[in-house]
Amino acid sequence: MDFEAVTQKIREIAKRLLSEGQVDAVLGYREGTVPMRERPFFAYTPEEAEQLVWTPFCCNNLANFLIRKPKGEIGKWGIVAQGCVTRNLVGLIQENQLKREELFIIGVPSPGMVDRRKVLDKFPGKTISQVLVEGEELVIKGPGLDERLDMKTVKRDNCYTCIQRNPVIVDEMACDKAENDSMGGDIDKMAAPWESLDPDQRWQAFYDNFKDCIRCYACRDACPLCYCHVCFVDESQPQWCGKTQDFADVATFHLLRAFHCAGRCTDCGACESACPVGIKMRRLTSKIEKDIRQMYGYRPGLEIEATPPMSVYKPNDPEDFIK
Amino acid sequence: MADKILAKDKLPEFLAQLEKEHRVYAPQLQGDDYRWAPLEQAGDVVWDFSNTRLSPKEFFFPQTECMMRFVNDPADPEGMIMKPEEPLDEKRVLMNIRPCDAKAFGVLDLIFCQDDYTDDPYWRDKREKTLLVALACNDPCPQCFCTSVGCGPHSEAGSDLLLVDLGDKLLVKVTSERGAAFAEGLEEAGEDDQKKAAELKKAAEDKLAQNLTVGTDKIAQKEVLELFDDPMWDRVWESCLNCGTCTFCCPTCHCFDIQDETQGKEGRRVRNWDWCMHWLFTRHGSGHNPRGTSKERVRQRFMHKFKYIPLKRGGEIGCVGCGRCVVLCPVNIDVREVVNQMNA
Repeated sequence: MDFEAVTQKIREIAKRLLSEGQVDAVLGYREGTVPMRERPFFAYTPEEAEQLVWTPFCCNNLANFLIRKPKGEIGKWGIVAQGCVTRNLVGLIQENQLKREELFIIGVPSPGMVDRRKVLDKFPGKTISQVLVEGEELVIKGPGLDERLDMKTVKRDNCYTCIQRNPVIVDEMACDKAENDSMGGDIDKMAAPWESLDPDQRWQAFYDNFKDCIRCYACRDACPLCYCHVCFVDESQPQWCGKTQDFADVATFHLLRAFHCAGRCTDCGACESACPVGIKMRRLTSKIEKDIRQMYGYRPGLEIEATPPMSVYKPNDPEDFIK
Repeated sequence: MADKILAKDKLPEFLAQLEKEHRVYAPQLQGDDYRWAPLEQAGDVVWDFSNTRLSPKEFFFPQTECMMRFVNDPADPEGMIMKPEEPLDEKRVLMNIRPCDAKAFGVLDLIFCQDDYTDDPYWRDKREKTLLVALACNDPCPQCFCTSVGCGPHSEAGSDLLLVDLGDKLLVKVTSERGAAFAEGLEEAGEDDQKKAAELKKAAEDKLAQNLTVGTDKIAQKEVLELFDDPMWDRVWESCLNCGTCTFCCPTCHCFDIQDETQGKEGRRVRNWDWCMHWLFTRHGSGHNPRGTSKERVRQRFMHKFKYIPLKRGGEIGCVGCGRCVVLCPVNIDVREVVNQMNA
């Protein structure tokens, strides 16, 4: 992908939309102050739109920010969106959190985002002060550090198993669509390890995965699915979940949140990118995604007209898991 | 006491002396982050790390701390009576704590232990039982801004000893009375050693000057309401997720929430880290929330650390410039940029 060209095109489209008054704001990214992390940015004027960028370090899910703005403040939004983000927009429209008419979707096929932790892992203990993109390579610079990495080897886990690189709904593309929607990875391999483990082993694997959790809720707060006014972990009448670091409470949070995402999660990876301690919470959601896919034949967010299986009762819904 | 010298190959003896009465903890590489862990042997000490992912404040202010327990049974003669938890049963050394983190606990001392009415016994107990052997920064990382907030790469504030890495040996500065006892047996440092340490300090400060620096002088002069009502806050909050990442990794953040938990006949009163970014933080039992919008909460964080704390604590800033929040914020809200806007 020619990131520079896409950046320029996004700026051009955004400036036009803003100066013509077609949208009240364009939600995209601008350059971050730390390596490998661009920042979500709200451009309200053509001048501000000059700051928009598109790079392989755009690791949030911008759909998340559309549900956080107080309603009524913005009439129409422009949003820079790749495949998974548009799937979440579809989901939010299905769940009546957004209207299609409120959105002008500037579409980009996803290049696969870089997982900053994978890059940091290659240079344990070293300080990275700058990461540049040159063609298909990353140039990593720091004190005593001047290395190159093939970008393909350090992408986010979810990007390897992507099934929808191109936007599902779009108003204007910022570049040509990718030839293949799929990145080719096998998502069942991510979920499959759980299936080969007996209950005790699963519990141990689960504990190992989540023991570093500090209950910051960055995963929840980065997720476009998590828009409940009062999240179950914050509920006090009654209190469902303890607030301490007792593992029972940490486990409750992650397990229940994963189940609340059943049939809705598009595997965008924003949760893992947000986590400050590097927890792989997709190990839960990938198993749930597989179950939904196999039991209901459903993949969320691909068609606006579809009815998500967890929202709708059908008499012939699968029942064989009820013992 | 004069500065001393400790050759690195003499480290085992130095640690053995500490270990007579203390458990020694030090930053160690686990995965791709440095974390605080018990030191098993002198060879595990690392000299060239930047800093630990999360601050060591858990040593004094655990994320979950049981304050007292009770038997949850009114019929029991001992029932419904709060019993205190045992104090810390070991003395500890935090070896190679960075000067910013050491200073942070000095700042928190001003908050946890203020006067007769505000003297947190849980905090005080752990602080009194912990020796801080700091390691000066010779190679500050790109997100650090300690020199902008009254700290520095070789700052002596808050530690008991400050080590400066001279290569094959360490300059040992005695920075508290407690530290003096452990430096007594060491040789005095020569002029060359002192000179080298001073050069390393200058080099580190010069490096920091090249990072994005932060101005705080004008904030001190502005009125509270002038800062509070500034239109800058209309943009700062926009991408904030209101998660607890910045608060939890910060060495000076200290807010907590107390709750009673009961299970059957057992009860305990526990405090957990709380975070002002969260809507629940200020929500009243009535349902009213004085900081009901994200903008109000985001503004609060920066106002508290950079205006209210200096106002109430004689000019001390509620930030030591460690840079962790800059590195970890999922949406890259950069405190340095925000403070510079406040200082404009």
